[in-house]
Amino acid sequence: MKTRPFLVISLLLGFSFLLSIALGAVTIPPGNALRILLGRLPWFEFFGDWPSYFETILLDLRLPHTILVALTGMALAGSGASFQGLFRNPLADPYLIGVASGAGLGAIIVMSIPQVGRFLIPIGAFLGGLGTIAAVYRLAKVGRIVPLTTLILAGVAIGSFTSALTSFLMLISDEMILQAMSFLLGGSTVAGWEPLVIALPYFTVGLALLVLGGHSLNVLQFGEEQAQQLGLHVERVKLFIIISASLTTAAAVSFSGVIGFVGLVVPHIIRLVWGGDYKKLIPLSILGGGVTLLLSDILARTIMAPGYLPVGIVTSLIGAPFFLWILRRAKKEVFW
Amino acid sequence: MKQNNHPPILQIRSLSANYGDVIALKDISLDVQQGEIVGVIGPNGAGKSTLIKVLSGVLKASAGEVLINQKEVSTYSPSQRARTLAVVPQARQLGGAFSVEQAVLLGRTAYLGFLGKPNQDDLEKVQWAMEQTEVDFLADRKLAEISGGEQQRVLLARALAQDTPVLLLDEPTNHLDLKYQVNLLKLVKKLVRQEGLSVLMAMHDLNQVSGTADRVVLLANGQLKAIGSPEEVLTQENILQAYQIEIDTFTHPKTNKHMIFPTE
Repeated sequence: MKTRPFLVISLLLGFSFLLSIALGAVTIPPGNALRILLGRLPWFEFFGDWPSYFETILLDLRLPHTILVALTGMALAGSGASFQGLFRNPLADPYLIGVASGAGLGAIIVMSIPQVGRFLIPIGAFLGGLGTIAAVYRLAKVGRIVPLTTLILAGVAIGSFTSALTSFLMLISDEMILQAMSFLLGGSTVAGWEPLVIALPYFTVGLALLVLGGHSLNVLQFGEEQAQQLGLHVERVKLFIIISASLTTAAAVSFSGVIGFVGLVVPHIIRLVWGGDYKKLIPLSILGGGVTLLLSDILARTIMAPGYLPVGIVTSLIGAPFFLWILRRAKKEVFW
Repeated sequence: MKQNNHPPILQIRSLSANYGDVIALKDISLDVQQGEIVGVIGPNGAGKSTLIKVLSGVLKASAGEVLINQKEVSTYSPSQRARTLAVVPQARQLGGAFSVEQAVLLGRTAYLGFLGKPNQDDLEKVQWAMEQTEVDFLADRKLAEISGGEQQRVLLARALAQDTPVLLLDEPTNHLDLKYQVNLLKLVKKLVRQEGLSVLMAMHDLNQVSGTADRVVLLANGQLKAIGSPEEVLTQENILQAYQIEIDTFTHPKTNKHMIFPTE
């Protein structure tokens, strides 16, 4: 397990993916699920000895949902790992500099305007998230430099400001309070293939950029001064990481709501097991984030079936004790 | 000082720098020849570390110029600069999760692409640098698991891997015990002779400077107060002025080095 990290996590991801499309209000045996999926590819043909509604449930509902959940987990864990590396701080998560509270505000503004379709919620959230990051970045800039401490402080300040606005909007309009709460706890805002197709480019571009930033993050681990003396264009790298992590997080939050804990904890687990080289840590965190959120989402859909818990509640309720268990078991210190 | 007909490899001309309104360096001019070790001394806050920051581009000069091989470096990009001038910082707990080899490989950052993939040449340079500083046997150990003296040698190896003509060292013997201090300075001297490097080294221990450097620069309050051979700079008047400390000077009977001893 220690020696083949990519193989191990990829297998886990495949397993969770299959489980996720199989389980739900109607259970589709994983063997059938796999054959239905493979049957869609041109070079396979299976005789369908299953009820035809299996195909409808699987292809029209479960599959897009599962892909979105996997991408969301990947985005959160990948940008969490990048932010932890950028700020050299184990407490950093994807939401540290305000993208989630900004996205929350954007989503709730859209919800509070009457006669506006639900399909606009992700767009409002996306603009809110990126707008907040842009404001935080501008505010933190001193001359041509963006000091990281100032960036965190500006992010926290803007974050509590936008959260307060969000709470205010929720309180004055009582019809949307449940819908808004669900978004802020990680209830997804969309279903079906169409939104997924819209979201896909943001996820893939964002995730690819995060992986590319791994080497620069390694150099940054020796501090900004040494990184510059080693030849890194530090300010450019900071901007690159902030843009790629924020883009990915904003995409995740817009379509899946605010899901806590995955972005904070998955990189730590990967770091404990496979070490702190960001060239490996980021892609491994991305895969691990997919696994974690898929499993959490399966629980969220099945614990109270046919009801559905916002997945953010599950990630924190189960993720926190699990992480504490790992932390206690890990005999070695986490090196920073 | 060695006399030769080549122009100095590092030329500092009327260099000044500020932290906000505070003047940190004022009108510093000095040259470093190829194969020469120049020791920079001065009390705390004299501007030793600031000089290294300005030369390495971390702090912008407010006036003056720095030339390496007769080329002005203030317009250099970080990677161009890192290919002409390497810095050995003080050993601190940073990057503890990296192995010694990974850390030394980061010395090749200025030569690597954005993805940081090393080629054969990079790996050979890394191996060479680790052998020179005798940390190759630690290659797979984590930085957090090795001693302070070993960490300092890793930082020196990382700077060597940068493959630059000029090396800047910022109080490299701080926090090291006597054995590591002596070994590190011996190593620096050996590398200078063998590779023809030029070294500018900020130091606190005046007798170590005298034993290591070809020339000594005395800074106080951001200004250059004296420059010359250890005998010329480490005098009773100079030290009294800069440090407000009375000293005696003498020649060591065995090494013939110029030594000082506080008499207060």
